[in-house]
Parts: sequence; structure tokens; C-alpha cells
Amino acid sequence: MTAAAAVPPAAIAYEDDCIRKFTIATVFWGVVGFLVGVIIALQLAFPVLNLDLPWTTFGRLRPVHTSAVIFAFGGNALFATSLYCVQRTCRARLFGGSGMGSFLFWGFQLVIVMAASGYVLGITQSKEYAEPEWYVDLWLTVVWVGYLIAFAGTIMKRKEPHIYVANWFFLAFILTIAVLHLGNNVSVPVSLFGTKSYIIWAGVQDAMTQWWYGHNAVGFFLTAGFLGMMYYFIPKQAERPVYSYRLSIVHFWTLIFLYIWAGPHHLHYTALPDWAQTLGMVFSIMLWMPSWGGMINGIMTLSGAWDKLRTDPILRFMVASVAFYGMSTFEGPMMSIKAVNSLSHYTDWTIGHVHSGALGWVAFVTFGCVYYLVPRLWNRPRLYSLRFVTYHFWVATIGIVLYITAMWISGIMQGLMWRAYDSYGFLQYSFIETVEAMHPYYVIRASGGILFLLGALIMVYNLIKTIKGDIRTETAFEQPVGAAAMRAGE
Amino acid sequence: MRHEILEKNVILLSICILITVSIGGLVQLVPLFAMEQTIEKVDGVRPYSPLELAGRNIYVREGCYTCHSQQVRPFRDEVERYGHYSLAAESMYDHPFQWGSKRSGPDLARVGGKYSNEWHAAHLTNPRSVVPESIMPPYGFLARRDLNYADIADHLRTLRIVGVPYTDEQIAQAGADVATQAQAEPTDDTDALLARYPKAVVGDFDGDPERVTEMDALVAYLQMLGTLVDFTSYKPELDYR
Repeated sequence: MTAAAAVPPAAIAYEDDCIRKFTIATVFWGVVGFLVGVIIALQLAFPVLNLDLPWTTFGRLRPVHTSAVIFAFGGNALFATSLYCVQRTCRARLFGGSGMGSFLFWGFQLVIVMAASGYVLGITQSKEYAEPEWYVDLWLTVVWVGYLIAFAGTIMKRKEPHIYVANWFFLAFILTIAVLHLGNNVSVPVSLFGTKSYIIWAGVQDAMTQWWYGHNAVGFFLTAGFLGMMYYFIPKQAERPVYSYRLSIVHFWTLIFLYIWAGPHHLHYTALPDWAQTLGMVFSIMLWMPSWGGMINGIMTLSGAWDKLRTDPILRFMVASVAFYGMSTFEGPMMSIKAVNSLSHYTDWTIGHVHSGALGWVAFVTFGCVYYLVPRLWNRPRLYSLRFVTYHFWVATIGIVLYITAMWISGIMQGLMWRAYDSYGFLQYSFIETVEAMHPYYVIRASGGILFLLGALIMVYNLIKTIKGDIRTETAFEQPVGAAAMRAGE
Repeated sequence: MRHEILEKNVILLSICILITVSIGGLVQLVPLFAMEQTIEKVDGVRPYSPLELAGRNIYVREGCYTCHSQQVRPFRDEVERYGHYSLAAESMYDHPFQWGSKRSGPDLARVGGKYSNEWHAAHLTNPRSVVPESIMPPYGFLARRDLNYADIADHLRTLRIVGVPYTDEQIAQAGADVATQAQAEPTDDTDALLARYPKAVVGDFDGDPERVTEMDALVAYLQMLGTLVDFTSYKPELDYR
């Protein structure tokens, strides 16, 4: 199964205007989300940066950071790539055309602005990654139904007999997020003219519903959707077919079946009944298999084109992202084992794990796709500078390494300090001593975040110059001897 | 199986996706609502008093859950550090739950009664004045803001819709109970309040008897956390789930 059959591009007028807007929004919200992340990382190292104002405390800015990177940066990236991919692989114009495109774009930006401004003002229902209050939830539902209609409608009027594998993943992402969003946000507003509502679920049931949602926001928003990107953009950029069609099918169905069960691993050793915890652990460990099946499918797509990693920094972003995906989907099942979780839970290890997935996998594959999309969407011969892509890659990679290693050390250290006993059988450390010990790692983590932000700013400069039509004079990457000849003679 | 059938029909593919992703959630969620053993039988757990509820809403508003858990796990070190491990019954009236997922600060499930009101007010106003190494943000503005509780009865009424057993009397007295618990008039009779909400901590929490502030409400909430269950009558061996 090849990425897309060769079609004369002039034959279909794709709806690309909204994709250009979604791409710009991806980059814009990415920078905002990374910046707020740096700010709250610095607040943990230097609490004076909370500024003694209600609107700038860690507690209010943390949801701004998580929502900005997950839903604003990641969400806009998913809209841009899914709508680009579905039109091309179906050889059909977007269902609903430019009107639908504009509705989806402005509708989704309104969700983001309403949610973020609410957090700063203290409007939140406090369910992680589902903080927006009822009126934002309702509006998001409207936009999401529009998204499903646009996406499935485009598939329905396709001129290709088969639905391409990337679209299965995008479709599963859109459908499952709808189910999760509706299930986790059933609430009764106190007044129709006020912002406050009370969720219908209570205590242990609310906890289970929340992490059924929360873990599958990771599983379907940040994984299934981004695997859709992997299955379209890596084959396109590498100019190679997907490694294994059969593996794609197995990967798809096992991944979406198993992911849903993993939520209770966020609730190990809590008041959630033991049977539910054990189910969550067992399915989380099984999830390792489809995750690595998908990783192998993505990376092995480079078979016969490995030399391109030296000459194509865009492909390097994409392949590194899949490698990070493999690493964090090994780490995740390991942390879901109850014995490991008893140490890691409530510590920075979880934060490090999330960021190896979010920075390494989600953001890197998005950067690769954005670098792929911008020259094509604005009809430019190539990016302004491929060297700048390389600089971005290395600055961001060093940032990630600093980030996740700092969090590994601080997380494991704090977990061990909490349970340490002295020779008299007393707890060895007071809680505040364990907080004090975190300081150097919080500084290292913040510096890693600053590097990651810096890399994104390099990208912004590169993309602005590309859109303006500039081409930087630079020496091309050296083609390894014989590589091109080998491919030709294959 | 001929996967081709699914690859050519988006409706069928969507239906199969929905079935596939529904199974796990149904298996884990539905029994929690049906099984009697999900929540232990214990004495003492009651709905929040109106002032505690207002404080809890401030706790939610300020995102305290981003750094503080409310869930003591059954480990020797946690039980020694924080107290008895948390029971499902203790959050049965929590809409939403506040178990948290990160301890940048300590667990708060049983913080009630461990520190004085004065300590809490000083700590919230400037954490580093009482804990020099603290990295918590300052919340001094809480003491400067009057608590808005004009619509507190509507909050109780809404919670009754989602299943919290507030009585008509509790709803009717909600506004008055806020003032009484925060000792707006120190001479007010507190017997009726304590009958409605046993073990409620009464006091002028923020040190300013003139007004009922957001600080009063938040401290009242913190002071009751984890104090309701009567553990002398609790038999854990009957409750293994």
C-alpha cells in the first residue's frame, strides 16, 4: 500500500485555505504553550515568579500550559494534517468546502480562547485535561460534530476504492474523543448565566471516569491521531511505502482495543477497587505490543532509504519522533506495574514520562509535518533553510534530554526519600526536605524547556522566511557516496 | 477476515471502531456504579457544610489539585506521614473528586486539624513566612476578598440534583450557615449548624471577625479534610475489594 497514488494535482481543487490557517495556528499555539511551560517550570524553581497575583499562580497557569500544548498546538496540528491527508488520499475536496473549513478553524480557536481565558480567571472544573466548564464543553461538541461530518463526508465522496490507513487512525481519534468528551463532562450548571457546574459523577466513580478520559486523551488524541500523521507523512517524506500493510491492520485494531482499558493505572493503590486497578495494569502492559508494532512499522518504512536521515533533516524529525514514541511506550507500561507505580506515582517521573512523549513524539512529528506542509501549502520550491531545521532539531533534542533526565532523577529521588527510614525506624525526611532537594533538577528542567522553546523560535523564523518566498544560500547536505546509486539500482 | 470490507465502507468502519473502544470502558466503569462494595460502609461521612463547600470551590478554582493529592495510599510511610489510608467513602460526595495526580506539595487528605487556623492563614498569605523552603504560590488575595455566597443555596440544590443528599432544611439555611460557621456574629448559636453538619469546625478562620472572606471558606474546608470518618468503628477486613 503506497502513501498515495500519483494524481495530477490540478485535477482536484483541494480546500487548503483552512489547512494554511490551522498550520499557522499550530505554530502560534505551540510557541505560547512552550512559553507558558517554561514559565511554570521556573515558578517551581523560583516561587517568587508567581508574582503574588491571582491570575499568574502555578495552579491557574498549569492548565493553560497543558491545554495549550495538547489541544491548541496538538489539536490544530491534527486538524491541519488530517484534513490535508484525507483530501489527498481520497482524491476529494473537503466535504463542506471552504465554509466548513472556516467554521472548523474559527470554531476551534474560540474553544481555545474561551478555555484559556477561563483558567486564568479561575473558571475550571478541575478535571485534568478536561478543565473547561460546561459552556466550552458544549461549544466543543458542536465543533467536533462538524469535524466528524467534514472528515467522514470527505471519505464518503472519495475517488479511491480503499480508505487509506492514516484515515483509520484519524477516524478512530475523532470518534473516540467524542465519546470520551461526552462521558467525562456530564455536568449540571448552577445557573444558566454562570460559569460554575457540578459534575454528575462523584468520588471513586468520578476518578475512574476522569482517568478513562485522561489516559485516552493520551491514547487517542496524542497517539492515534499522531499515528495517522506518521502513516501519511513519513512515507511521503521518505518516498517509500509503509513497511507492512498487515502490521498496520494488527497495529490499528489492537491499539484502539487495548488503550481504553489502561486508565486505572493512574489510580493504583487508591480507593478504586483492586480488580479495576489490576485490569488497568494488565492491559497497560499488553499495550506495549501494539505500540512497538506501530513503531516498527513507522521506522522500517525507511527500509532502503536510511541514508536520507543524513541529508533530510525533516525526515530526521519524523524518525526521531517515532523513536521517542517507542521509548515512552516502553516506559509507560513499566510505570503501570503496581510495584513501580508505588514509587513513581505523584513524583516528577510521571512528568518526565509525559514530556518524553509530548516533546519527543507529539511535538517532533508535528514539526516534521509542518516543515513538510509549509512549502507545499504556500507553493514554495523548498524551505527557506534546511540547515535551520537541523539547528532546530539539535537544540530541541538537547532540551528534551535535559528535561527528561532531570525529571527521572528528581522523581526517583523524591519517591525514595518519601519512603526512607532512619536506623531508629522513623521517617528520615520531612516532606519539605524532599521539596528542597528538587531545586537543582527544577532549574535543569527549566533550562531544557528554554532550549526547546528556542528551537521552536528557530522554526518560526524559518517558516516566516519560507512563506515570504526567501531561499537561504547554503551548501546542500552531502549525499553519502553510492547511496543514490544504490537506490537507483534497487 | 477480509479487512477490505472495512476499508471500503466508512460507516461500517466507524461502527467497528466504536464497538472496539467501548468494551474496555464499559467493563471498568459500569460495575463501579452497580457493585455495593465499591464504597465502604463507614460512620461519619456527611455532605459539605455550605462554608466548606465554598472553600472547596476555591480550592478547585485555584488549581490546588495540580500540586496536592488527597489520597493516602496504604503504605507504611504514607500512613505514618499522613494518617489512615483514604477510603472511597470519604469522597462519596465529592463533585468533582480531588484525588490529584502529583505531590509537588504534601498530600492533604487528612490535613484537617493538624495546624491552627492562624497557621493556615499565614501560610496561605505567604507560604515562606512559615515554611522557608516552600515553593507554593502566595494566596494573600483570598483574605482581601469577601466571599460571594449569595447563591450558595443554588449550589446545594444543584448538588442535590447530582446525588448529594442535602435536605430542604440544609438548603434553606445555607446562607445563614455560612455566616454562622465563619463566626460573622460570634454570639450566633451554632447548635443547629452542628446538628446539620456534625464535626463542622466553627471559627473566625482568617483572623478578621468583620467579614466572611474567601480565606475563611478555604481554611474551613482544609480544617475538615479527612476528619469525618470514625475509624474506631471501621473494620477494614470487612471491606476488602
